[in-house]
Amino acid sequence: MTETTPMTEKTPSAAPLLEIRGLSATYGQVRVLKPTNLSLFEGELVTVLGPNGAGKTTLVRAIMRLVKAQGEVRFKGEDVGRLATHDLAKRGIVLVLEGRGLFGSMTVQENINLGAYTATRVELQERRARIFELFPRLKERLHQQSASLSGGEQQMLAIGRALMADPKLLLLDEPSLGLAPRVAAEILRALGQLNKAGLGILLVEQKAPLALKLARRAYVLTLGRVVKELEAGEIGSHHDIAQYYFS
Amino acid sequence: MTLRSTISAKPQVWATALAIAVAVALLAYVFGRGGYVVTVMGFAVIYGVFVTGLNLFMGYAGQASFGQNAFAALGGYGTAVLCADYGLEPIVALVLSATLSAVIALIVGYPTLRLRGHYLAMATFALGLITYELSIEQSGLTRGFMGFSGIPPLGLGRFQLLSERAQLAVFILIMLLGVWVARRLRGSRFGRALLAIGESEPAANALGIQVFRYKLVAFVIAAVYASVAGSMFAHFVGYISPEVFGLSMVTLSFTMLYVGGIGTLWGPIAGAVLVSFLPQLLRGFRDMQDIIYCLALIVILIFVPKGLASLWSLAVRRSDVPAER
Repeated sequence: MTETTPMTEKTPSAAPLLEIRGLSATYGQVRVLKPTNLSLFEGELVTVLGPNGAGKTTLVRAIMRLVKAQGEVRFKGEDVGRLATHDLAKRGIVLVLEGRGLFGSMTVQENINLGAYTATRVELQERRARIFELFPRLKERLHQQSASLSGGEQQMLAIGRALMADPKLLLLDEPSLGLAPRVAAEILRALGQLNKAGLGILLVEQKAPLALKLARRAYVLTLGRVVKELEAGEIGSHHDIAQYYFS
Repeated sequence: MTLRSTISAKPQVWATALAIAVAVALLAYVFGRGGYVVTVMGFAVIYGVFVTGLNLFMGYAGQASFGQNAFAALGGYGTAVLCADYGLEPIVALVLSATLSAVIALIVGYPTLRLRGHYLAMATFALGLITYELSIEQSGLTRGFMGFSGIPPLGLGRFQLLSERAQLAVFILIMLLGVWVARRLRGSRFGRALLAIGESEPAANALGIQVFRYKLVAFVIAAVYASVAGSMFAHFVGYISPEVFGLSMVTLSFTMLYVGGIGTLWGPIAGAVLVSFLPQLLRGFRDMQDIIYCLALIVILIFVPKGLASLWSLAVRRSDVPAER
């Protein structure tokens, strides 16, 4: 990771970037996500915490319309709740899937290029340069098959590929999953850097201590329902959150 | 520069040269020998076209289709009816049949490709069964179980490919054109999107790739390949019946795809040639022929699970290792 990022620091504005109202999702007959409200402002990093099976993955998949969902999703004030997943991506909402969702048989370069699927050649070059500045290791592994990368490098690639789509809002589903604490911290540091540069981030995490170091606000989800919303000032003691994990 | 360093410096070149040498030797043998060997090679090339198209949909886009035989039947019967009953030029009939197949693939694929996994497989399987039944029931058009005979060989105007050798030569060119198109598609934006869909649909979708649209286009292209293969078969044999485009076509094409190497460019062709010639090579075993044929395929799939094409990449990788290591 580099300290010489050209990205300038920005502060959150009052305009809501993402606003969801009464978003719910079902798998078959089971309602995994109960009507949920959530908002994220421009330049803000918000984390969604919760134990296994709380509905965190379903929440981001419902936002991206990767699962059948009901409810209102507004992005920059526009109702995007009925748009298809690829249209959401084109509008700037990009998801890094749980388990990274890399194209394993392809090289790092091919994965990165697919991230900028809708970009022009010039945009592709510019974005690639930015990604390599953030994750120099990807440049070293450019022609390596992505499945052969280490877990940390794979996560860097997954985030790098998502950044190639030039997102306005980045959704991340458990980016620290399966990573050594040092590597997970490195990944989250990079996310902090991106957020400081003005990128809105919705971070779904199970590891509360890591996520709370970065987040301005947090939602705690258990059994498909938001049970607690924490503002910046309240995020001090993550020990308090543990009660929701075991309740 | 030593011979060893020359070999390790250009492993792909050597492996490619070896593959070309094997192909040229096989073709020299086939054209020199003539007779049934040309017929077998003709079937191999026809299946080569069929599985190259199927490979786009199954190997690249990672979808399952058990119903491509339906489009081969459309191509075959389209060609037969248009040439034998309406006296159209074979090449015109081939193009018209392929166009019809593309339109039907578009209509059928639109609702069907919204299904996934086993459901998609079953829906496409039903498509093949329906076409089979129609080819029997619509006997006024297809002549039912009796089959359709009197189909002229491929040609244009006064130039008819009257010998099997001449037909085979043109078929090989058609197959090479098919492989070239597949190669161009593979390297294009469309091809990369298909590969991404094959690896992870949600990830591809989340990156802005219109998964459904690309799957539909791949399905239509595969249908065109299948239709052309069906037309080629009709011209080559001069006779078709419902059985030709039955379930055996599906199982045979799958075997070719997996034995050759699904998702690779030349693997399906290699699979088509091997699976077509293997029964001929085993004819000496008489009653045991089928058992040994099946055992041979099982052994290949056990020891070369990624297909014959993986042997090529294995050879390239092995010779890629520097001599000092």
